[in-house]
Amino acid sequence: MTSPESRAEDHRASFVAGARAGIPYAAVGLLLSASFGVIARDAGFSVAAAIIMSAIVFAGSAQFTAVAILVGGGTAGAAVAAAALMNSRFLPMGIALGPSLPGPPALRAAQGQTVVDASWAMASRGDGTFDRWFLFGSTAPQYVCWVTGTTLGAFGGDLLGDTSRFGLDAIYPMFFLALLISEIKNRRAASIALAGSVVALALVEVTPAGVPVLAASLVALWGLRQNRKTA
Amino acid sequence: MTSTIWWTIAGATVVTALIKGFGPVVMGGRELSPRINGVIMLMAPALLAALVVTSILAEGDRLHVGADFVGVVVGGALMIWARAGVLTAVLVAAGVTAAIRFFG
Repeated sequence: MTSPESRAEDHRASFVAGARAGIPYAAVGLLLSASFGVIARDAGFSVAAAIIMSAIVFAGSAQFTAVAILVGGGTAGAAVAAAALMNSRFLPMGIALGPSLPGPPALRAAQGQTVVDASWAMASRGDGTFDRWFLFGSTAPQYVCWVTGTTLGAFGGDLLGDTSRFGLDAIYPMFFLALLISEIKNRRAASIALAGSVVALALVEVTPAGVPVLAASLVALWGLRQNRKTA
Repeated sequence: MTSTIWWTIAGATVVTALIKGFGPVVMGGRELSPRINGVIMLMAPALLAALVVTSILAEGDRLHVGADFVGVVVGGALMIWARAGVLTAVLVAAGVTAAIRFFG
């Protein structure tokens, strides 16, 4: 249907559109990662360790959680387990994304590494498929800002002191709320969001951190029921 | 402590890569049924809503309402009713939270 040239052009257009869409989230990520840099230094991380963690783990909630566990006296194993639980939401996200990724398994796994919350949500076409070049494009500025922000925070943290004074802990939930608002396009999505919140809140006090969010993804199974009517 | 930190970084890197790679490896290139697509479409609102409420209201394994809750509600209201952008909303949320802590 389309020639290779026009397809390459489509890819480039998607990548650029994704990068544009990713910039506001990247700016927020800069603030978040700067506070990560500060917190990690306070927890005993060297400047290099803080920056390297952001560069190779590149998952905000997992990084904050792991550091919090270490500060609380937890072992490396406990910190990694908590990080894995926080990141477990990428499991359903990856399963959703998988069919939209071409190539051999190793290449697909590599493409899957580019998933972060904002890019995944924005790259969704709304019909169950994903625009992978949009995904790559929107992750690119977020990655650059994530590492840059961590570097700034790790070096400059001593100047700031206690970051909760500046309300920086409100950034993370606001970031997710902004994504959620853009995802709620109809009543069904709103009901699912409400149900997911209820499930997560109900589990907060009885399961380890990370489990409530993973369990909330199960309410999406409601989609099975809805489609049975039309299928 | 230093070796604990490096083990944590190494471990978190490996588990994150495995988790992110799993779906693409297992599901890659498959055609999904419309019913499964229906589930996938609802995944984002479910996961994001859970992340919002747990990141505001969960403090460890306890529920807690703090200044950041008010900040996020104000930021969210600005996005919905005043069509504020994400960066504006984030700055307002942080500002309101900081103000409540300062005066509170």
